Amino acid sequence: MRAEQKSGSLMAGPYAAFLLVFAVYPIAFALVLVFLQWDLVTVPTFAGANNIRLLLHDGRFWRAVANTFVFLSIHVPLQIVTALALALALNRQLAGRSFWRAAFFLPVVISGAVVAILWSHLYATDVGLINRLLVKIGLSPVPWLTDPRTAMPAIAVMVTWKNVGFYVIIYLAGLQYIPRSCQEAIEIEGASAWQRFRYLTLPSLLPQTILVVTLSTINGFQLFIEPYVMTGGGPLRRTYSVVLYLYNNAFAYQKMGYAATIGVALALIIGIVVFAQRRLIGRAEAL
Amino acid sequence: MKQLRRIALYAGLTIAAITFIYPFLWMASATFKPAAEAGSLALIPHDITLDNYRTMWARAPFGRALVNSTFVATTITLAVLVFGSMTAYAMARLNFRGRPALNAATIAVLMVPGQLTLIPLYTLIVQLGWIDTYAALIVPYLFNATAILMLRQFFLQIPQSLIDSARMDGMSEPRILFTIFWPLSKPVLSIVAIFTFMGAWNEVLWPLLVVREQNLMTLPQLLTVFALGGGAGTVGVSLASAMVLVVPVVIAYMFLQRNFIESMAGSGIKG
Repeated sequence: MRAEQKSGSLMAGPYAAFLLVFAVYPIAFALVLVFLQWDLVTVPTFAGANNIRLLLHDGRFWRAVANTFVFLSIHVPLQIVTALALALALNRQLAGRSFWRAAFFLPVVISGAVVAILWSHLYATDVGLINRLLVKIGLSPVPWLTDPRTAMPAIAVMVTWKNVGFYVIIYLAGLQYIPRSCQEAIEIEGASAWQRFRYLTLPSLLPQTILVVTLSTINGFQLFIEPYVMTGGGPLRRTYSVVLYLYNNAFAYQKMGYAATIGVALALIIGIVVFAQRRLIGRAEAL
Repeated sequence: MKQLRRIALYAGLTIAAITFIYPFLWMASATFKPAAEAGSLALIPHDITLDNYRTMWARAPFGRALVNSTFVATTITLAVLVFGSMTAYAMARLNFRGRPALNAATIAVLMVPGQLTLIPLYTLIVQLGWIDTYAALIVPYLFNATAILMLRQFFLQIPQSLIDSARMDGMSEPRILFTIFWPLSKPVLSIVAIFTFMGAWNEVLWPLLVVREQNLMTLPQLLTVFALGGGAGTVGVSLASAMVLVVPVVIAYMFLQRNFIESMAGSGIKG
């Protein structure tokens, strides 16, 4: 028993130390940094509630938050619809199912930096692949990333494309859990395909849908490399993301206190939004 | 009617698959096209050239970045497997003081969004004097809470009798872990290995913060800096540099796609 105690402490000790240094301390220090002004070179000074006051009136920060909601309003519904459609297709009797699955999942394994660079060439106004296709079928080219109205939707579509394979797998797992007997029963009742989807499949997949909403929302708040590479936050700051603003405050402007304040605010906003979504979905289900 | 619906299903799947695969094929082919041809939709280049690769290789240290990325991602993966399973073994099978607290802390840590700790971690690295070192890229990732919880969950299911008889034979706990538990845990170890490696391989925000020296940059970082700094110049060169990052992943993915999907979907990691 004593020996087990000792081995246990020895084997888990390094992890406990790691957690203290790289998780507990940073969380605590984030809350301290909120009240400091620090450029990493000179001695940090106490700033009281200055950072918080600044943040509440910072048009750029709230612009970035608003941009994120624009992103989410397109990304989340689109992600649910595309992932669900592909999962339902894959859930049938299919030849080469693992090929289709692997094809849909491919962008998930590719680095976000690569996807952003690739898509900035696809979206390019004059030589971009998408506009060439549009011109070929007789439409006029769209300045996807340089028009303030289309830039964020364009990024949202790209991120949906990149992640959809991941959510397809989640929905596929959920579909396996719908009992065969329920499917047979509803078919015997003479339900149409739409009725089966609406009254059996969709409600059965509610836990998966909640997961998709939560994860794609969190993912949306973490948007960084896409605007960093593709637009620099423009045009007219319409693709500026919160993490990009946080990064610039730390890296370009050396404002550690303010950057940390943005980080804490972002964590709070994520928590509130995810909580509100769950409440809303729960209420919608009760209807 | 039924026949027609099958055809529609396969047509839909084919269009979807093309949407996901074609951009990567186009990217690969664009890297072999001369600049004048770069924008064409064709997948087979008219004139094949290696100039894009030569230019990219000459303008920025991509060979060095490939070595850096491989070294960083491999070290992190090995550490997460070895240290992670030691921790998980202790948390699953050994009684020691503070075990419940450690369990609770691990779950709590997973609920805190990374953006909250990003800046304090960065200032910590600055104060440690680790800017522009491998330590900055590796040490914060030596342990992974997701990996530990997954391994712990798996280790909990291994019968106690195996441990008891090994102890009778006088085996030490680490030896029980590595000679008895590890061979039984190959599925979960491969899941952890893949998502850890992919996470480290694709990570870009953290290197952008802690590394400025070009020779220390990892591939996604150098790629980003190269593309933004205008070093790439043409579409072909920019995409050729991206290929260095993509090709190893795609090759591994072709052979291990089932493991990749299981691993990355299971861990919730999206590069």
